Amino acid sequence: MATKVVMEALSPTMEEGRVVEWKKQEGDTVAVGDVLADVETDKAVMELVARAGGTLLKHIVAAGATVPVSDPVAIIGEPGEAVDGGAPAEKPAADAKPAPAPPAPPAEPPSEQPAGAKRAGREGETGASASPGAPAPTAEQPAAPVTERPAPAAPAAAAPAPPQGGRVKASPLARKIAAERGLDLQGVAGSGPAGRIVQRDLDGLERKAPPAAAPSPAAPAAPAFQPSGSGEPFEDVPLTQIRKTIAKRLAQSLGPIPTFYLTSEIDMERVADAREALNALGQGKVSFNDITIKAVALALKQHRACNAWWQDDHIRYWNDVHVGMAVAIPEGLITPVIRYADQKSLRQIAAEAKELAGRARERKLTPEEYTGATFSVSNLGMLDIEEFTAIINPPEAGILAIGRMAERAVVHGGAVEVRRRMRVTMSCDHRVIDGATGAEFLKTLKAMLENPLALVW
Amino acid sequence: MAGTATEAARNGAVSDATADQYRLWLRQMVLIRRFEEKAGEAYSLGKIGGFCHLYIGQEALAVGTLAALRDDDYVVSAYREHGQALARGLSARSVMAELYGKATGCSKGKGGSMHLFDASLHFMGGHGIVGGQIPLGAGFAFAAKYRGTDQVSLTYFGEAAANIGAFHETLNMAGLWRLPAIFVIENNGYGMGTSLRRASAIPNLVERAASYNMPGVVVDGQDVDKVKAATDEAVERARRESTPTLMEIRTYRYVGHSMSDAAHGTYRTKDEVEEYRARDPITVLAQRMRDAGLLDDEGMEAIEADVRAEVEDAVKFAEESPDPAPEELWTDVYAPAAQDGGER
Amino acid sequence: MCMRPPRRTEGSADMAVITYRDALGQALREEMQRDPDVYLMGEEVAEYNGAYKVSRGLLDEFGPMRVVDTPIAELGFAGIGVGSAMVGLRPVVEMMTWNFALLAIDQIVNAAAKVRYMSGGQVGCPIVFRGPGGAALQLAAQHSQAFESWYAHVPGLKVVMPATPADAKGLLKSAIRDDSPVVFIEGEMLYNMKGEVPDGEYTTPLGVADVKRPGRDVTIICHSKTVAVALKAAEQLAGEGVEAEVIDLRTIRPLDTEAILSSVARTHRCVVAEEGWPFAGIGAQVVDLVQREIFDELDAPVLRVTGADVPMPYNKGLEKAAKADPAKTIAAVKRVLYAEAS
Repeated sequence: MATKVVMEALSPTMEEGRVVEWKKQEGDTVAVGDVLADVETDKAVMELVARAGGTLLKHIVAAGATVPVSDPVAIIGEPGEAVDGGAPAEKPAADAKPAPAPPAPPAEPPSEQPAGAKRAGREGETGASASPGAPAPTAEQPAAPVTERPAPAAPAAAAPAPPQGGRVKASPLARKIAAERGLDLQGVAGSGPAGRIVQRDLDGLERKAPPAAAPSPAAPAAPAFQPSGSGEPFEDVPLTQIRKTIAKRLAQSLGPIPTFYLTSEIDMERVADAREALNALGQGKVSFNDITIKAVALALKQHRACNAWWQDDHIRYWNDVHVGMAVAIPEGLITPVIRYADQKSLRQIAAEAKELAGRARERKLTPEEYTGATFSVSNLGMLDIEEFTAIINPPEAGILAIGRMAERAVVHGGAVEVRRRMRVTMSCDHRVIDGATGAEFLKTLKAMLENPLALVW
Repeated sequence: MAGTATEAARNGAVSDATADQYRLWLRQMVLIRRFEEKAGEAYSLGKIGGFCHLYIGQEALAVGTLAALRDDDYVVSAYREHGQALARGLSARSVMAELYGKATGCSKGKGGSMHLFDASLHFMGGHGIVGGQIPLGAGFAFAAKYRGTDQVSLTYFGEAAANIGAFHETLNMAGLWRLPAIFVIENNGYGMGTSLRRASAIPNLVERAASYNMPGVVVDGQDVDKVKAATDEAVERARRESTPTLMEIRTYRYVGHSMSDAAHGTYRTKDEVEEYRARDPITVLAQRMRDAGLLDDEGMEAIEADVRAEVEDAVKFAEESPDPAPEELWTDVYAPAAQDGGER
Repeated sequence: MCMRPPRRTEGSADMAVITYRDALGQALREEMQRDPDVYLMGEEVAEYNGAYKVSRGLLDEFGPMRVVDTPIAELGFAGIGVGSAMVGLRPVVEMMTWNFALLAIDQIVNAAAKVRYMSGGQVGCPIVFRGPGGAALQLAAQHSQAFESWYAHVPGLKVVMPATPADAKGLLKSAIRDDSPVVFIEGEMLYNMKGEVPDGEYTTPLGVADVKRPGRDVTIICHSKTVAVALKAAEQLAGEGVEAEVIDLRTIRPLDTEAILSSVARTHRCVVAEEGWPFAGIGAQVVDLVQREIFDELDAPVLRVTGADVPMPYNKGLEKAAKADPAKTIAAVKRVLYAEAS
């Protein structure tokens, strides 16, 4: 039976995607996991992979077409199989709507349903005793992609045919192990009922290529970054009445995010000296930005009140520190995330920042790489901006705007001296961060940068 | 003996002690009446929720029976228990606050109208399942006998509860074990809307006492003197001889079963209600006191004013009292050492 | 206050091998000696020495005021017990079987469980309702029922179900000393079970499960009669190389969630075996807990082994088919292990 390939949501916010290039042509043999096409999302260029194997029978849309998520883009089936449904390939793709509805796929014969589905809904009736007494689900279904979706997820009229083969069935434990070990479950043959991937199926599987920067050869082995502190990645704190009132009143005053700004000028003499000395080691380059990220991360660790998300009915205080780093790209702006930045060495941060920024410009970031920051920094110093204010990236509660490092005449030790100084401005979501709270964070940050030994203390 | 006091009152020659008792009873009965009227008003204003069963018309029953008890005796009742709670000595404030569901209520706002408790007064609750409190009352008597004290237990229930299994099982054991228990049928003629005649194979419920080998007495519940005297005898039997008694006290409620039940029209006539009003227990006592020279219009007005002030104070107290703290939701489920009955 | 009996110290000099029945009798006797407020009431408990002989000898020792024969009137004597507990006695009310307690359930649920709450904490109810629950042999539909999930549903009640003589004694003593009402469900088929019981004073805390057999591959959660079922299944599975951990809940409410979760988080697989019907049973509660708290630790759905969802038939073969047994338990274990299904 032919399987429709649908436009998948390849980023958290993607509503439609543009087929940049078909990697497989009509008539090509495809296997599960093969890249079918490059698709441009709202954030990056991603790969659309085959969820079923067979022959690519038809491109429903042409390269260049923009297609809403979950609409069909191609058909995979047996060679020579009649293709029903899909629009002709030459149909202009820009207005690609769901193809004329094919006859609704016949309900799967009961014998193909997993035993669990058969039992559903009759637990109060007789006979459900000792579920083991029920026929055991043998592998009635091919191990690879399963073609049925749980009923509640069945799309409404908008998508006439349910997306085929989109879901990997794996036990919760298998998913957890895969996440911990960096395994890709896509394509793993599951040995459980209906092809469910279970723990034993992951034995001996290789870790997928890490997307993060490979550390330079001399670098010590990167420690595993564990959720720190209490062992919980974050803590959700219900809103107090005063916090609710502050949130409501301030939002009324200043738009959805009641932002205020705090500016501090930081003496960068010692950071500049330290940076020169580090770079002189010849083991990679570290930028002022890298050092600032590290200092921000460590300061956030001390000021959890600024390392937080506004969640409408509560505030999520993060124990982990993930710093977003705004990167300008031709199409706009993207903010890759340096995870566990407080736990990483400067060298690791420098390597990772460089690598992420590079791939950001190539639009090769995966969604996991540009979401989940707990705080962000934006640096326009290299564009000679003295100081500026940055826009908070919700749900984060703060962002630090970094201006250029400039030589200024300041009084230092009782005498006027020319020193390298840098102005930073923190935008704060007043629903989460109060004036003094933000100021104390900045004070810590300033102290760290003015005495960079604190970064390794 | 009832006769003596009544005769004495008619002759205008009552002892000082009796006079003091009359004044106390009259005030208690007027308090119950005005309290219940106010509760009905607060209910109609939405200040009191849930079920609310008023005691209007039955005041002499609560006052007369409880006058015969000692402080260390036990009392338990059903859900029409505001009057008994007040007569037992719970403050109008704590009862009204409980009806309002406030933290200052006698059950901390967690019981409501049907579950008034005051352990310090041995008032062991209003209970909401018809007849469910009857074995509890026998249990208090059992405990007294077990411990060898001379406490007695008095259990109130309506005449309709005399048809439920718990009544028969309990009276059988009380008679068998000679428990110091007094079972008071508050026979107001109707179990909700079903008259006694339509619910009981025998109209004289007191005859059931014979089945359980205990004395049974029928009492005019509109005459507080008679109620007190009959209860005195039952208490004496229980305390001295460990013998239970079944009392059928005939009374009448002027109001509906609960706030959602019309006072008359569906299952009884207005004439019937008016007939009973003519023998209003407050009027009966007040007249006796007037005959004995213990009460005049001025004195009655003084009592009314005093009671009005107390009831208004109770309402104000209830209005102004705080709701239970949200964490009260989770307390008192288990004994304090282990407030963790679900998952550990 | 809580000392756990040292288990599995075989041949120890301070252990006697006695029956479950006598262990319960010892607990009653010791608690009645210790506290004059403790008394026993129920049908046939005194002169007949107990329908199942649990109270053998107590009448002679304590007299008729403390060992009270009642008429057949479960609702009435349960309520009298509750009333006496509300004013400070500590009754142990014996139900000849829990099937008959249906007649008394208004007093257990509406009075005992709620009086503390309804009175705003003024009036407690330290009472134990005890007796055998579940099926025995060929007693048919009205005498073969497991009611633990009924009572465990009710906030205010504790539900305790010992599976061994040592636990029976230690848990009954704790139940009698507990200030909240306790539903204590024994088993007719357990009364003759023999086991080591420490001599002298000890109690077993309520709300603490017990690992009856350690294992690493799968956790079998059980209580009361299904403990023996699970142990038998585990023994057979061991022969096939599967090490099952057997956790005896001992107390249904409060549930020892920590014991359940820490075991399943280790084994990643869980089977719950109980005697009762499947619908809204104890196992359903365990499944809810496990999926809610440690979803990511599960390598398979939690499966339940229960009694058949039918009234108990009289016929011997049908009755056997209706009961949870080692074979059904083993089949469930194999399914959660994705081993070959039987």
